[in-house]
Amino acid sequence: MAETVTEKIRPVGKRAGNQSMIMEKKAVLAAAATVAGPKEGSGPLAEHYDRIYPDNLLKEGSFEKAERRMLEETCFLALGKLGLSPDDIDFFIAGDLLNQIISSSFCARKLALPFLGIYGACSSLVEGLSLGAMLLEGNFAGRILVATSSHNCSSERQYRYPTEYGFQRPGYSQQTVTGAGAVVLGSSLEEGPRIESITIGKVVDPEIKDPYNMGMAMAPAAADTIYRHLTDLGRDADYYQLILTGDLGEVGKQLNEDILARKGLNLLNYTDCGIQLYYPHQKVHAGASGCACCALFFLGKVYKDMLEKRLGRVLFVATGALHSTTTYQQGESIPAIAHAVALEI
Amino acid sequence: MSRMEQNPNKELLLDKKWLNEWNRQKKPRPPLSKNIISAFLGGGAVCLLGQFILNLFISQGMPKELAGNPTITTIIFIAAMLTGLGVFDKMARIVGAGLAVPVTGFANSITSMAIEFKREGLVLGTGSKMFALAGSVIVFGVVTAFVVGIISALIH
Amino acid sequence: MGSYFMAFLVGGLICVIGQLLFDLTPLTPGHVLSGFVVAGGILGGFGVYDRLIDFAGAGALLPISSFGNSLVKGAMSEAARHGVMGVLTGMFELTSTGITAAILFGFFMALVFNPKG
Repeated sequence: MAETVTEKIRPVGKRAGNQSMIMEKKAVLAAAATVAGPKEGSGPLAEHYDRIYPDNLLKEGSFEKAERRMLEETCFLALGKLGLSPDDIDFFIAGDLLNQIISSSFCARKLALPFLGIYGACSSLVEGLSLGAMLLEGNFAGRILVATSSHNCSSERQYRYPTEYGFQRPGYSQQTVTGAGAVVLGSSLEEGPRIESITIGKVVDPEIKDPYNMGMAMAPAAADTIYRHLTDLGRDADYYQLILTGDLGEVGKQLNEDILARKGLNLLNYTDCGIQLYYPHQKVHAGASGCACCALFFLGKVYKDMLEKRLGRVLFVATGALHSTTTYQQGESIPAIAHAVALEI
Repeated sequence: MSRMEQNPNKELLLDKKWLNEWNRQKKPRPPLSKNIISAFLGGGAVCLLGQFILNLFISQGMPKELAGNPTITTIIFIAAMLTGLGVFDKMARIVGAGLAVPVTGFANSITSMAIEFKREGLVLGTGSKMFALAGSVIVFGVVTAFVVGIISALIH
Repeated sequence: MGSYFMAFLVGGLICVIGQLLFDLTPLTPGHVLSGFVVAGGILGGFGVYDRLIDFAGAGALLPISSFGNSLVKGAMSEAARHGVMGVLTGMFELTSTGITAAILFGFFMALVFNPKG
């Protein structure tokens, strides 16, 4: 009986399948900005970043303060592109990797905006875009600022070892990206890629316990969300000119492709942000990870490709590993999540 | 009809047995022979340097049994210095256990923690976090020595 | 010349054991190094480790297993003189130099240097 009630109270029209939503108002990504650390700044996408810092401390007193500063600067850069000030924004939605999402909260203190702090680990950007799009859909806001950041050193010292500790990383490990990205979500009156549909992912746990093996831990969540999205909306994978996963790296990308291939889904126009940010000689093993990974590639490159009409329809799937140092030290596995937004222009 | 039944893919795309097999076959393995050779050469070089210092102290007239401690102290100083200069982690990335297993690794774990957490203050950071990595080595060494010592005391 | 060769060979081989444990087991460096200390302590209890040091010099003195050996040796020699209480008083007799040096150098490096990342 309870099931029937659930079916009835679900709004018809805006929902598709079990996990997807179709947007009527189609929030627009009106402006985006990215800032990057020195290692990212000497990578293949250097020309796409709005600002590259010469060192990873930004003359601040700590890596945490440096990360916060990157987040603040990228927010103001994004606002500046539309000539806006924080007063023109109705909500600030942000998330990052540090405990109690301090980068986001402290940045929100500076912006002095109504703030929704989110935690989806590296999926934070897409989680923020999804929530922002829904707020706009419900007429609760006119413009929303969505931002995320990560910093290699602040993450290392929180999740793993001090930065000067000498050890060998396994070949499947990934480099946490130093950088930040912000995007101004506006109503359909503005120009830019539109959020056409959203798929909110479920937490999937492949029971990986090795905190260096993020790619494998997150790939099943990405595969699950891509599969749900396509079945919920009745689309083929080639409906999109680009399917983009967040930060699976080489190993996770391969696993994601293999899982979907088992279900008969062959991704042709598919890449992962994690393998795009560094040159092979930068020795990052399986690629990049962190909140800023998908922010730098998507907001830095894909967003511009869409604006210049080189890409029309993009499915952007960001993945996050939802573990903490406490859980993995207590021997628990690493659950992961993936959210998807479909964009069109 | 429940939602469970409506959704034939509820079992997820995740097949544990298949995933374990994938893990076994496709997960990148460490370059074992390269790692072994670098660890051998790196660890050997550290001990060679140690032997040089040891012989130096002995040639200055220090008895052999007493020359060990100043040798270890010198090596600890070199490792702490390299950690402070930000070089140790880059060297250890190449030789792995070659720097981790000798006392250099012990010195690096203490110094890296001490430096990393100085921003939390000298007392709450450096002072209290210093042994967060190296502490286990001391604890298990002491426990082992306690057990072995008690047994030997009872035997004699 | 012989002492240098043996130090290099034995020190290198002990590190290879560590590397194999790093690469082939899910153990963290902390687990492996604690294991080395325990192994060194047990070998020390049988008097084996000192013979290895006689043979290989710094090649056996510098690996962290030697720390376990020194703890055990300190505890055992005091225990032989003062009984069970000697285990406690003798524990750090031989190793206090290393620990003190590591604390002092670690502390002063922290005063001078900042993490570079």
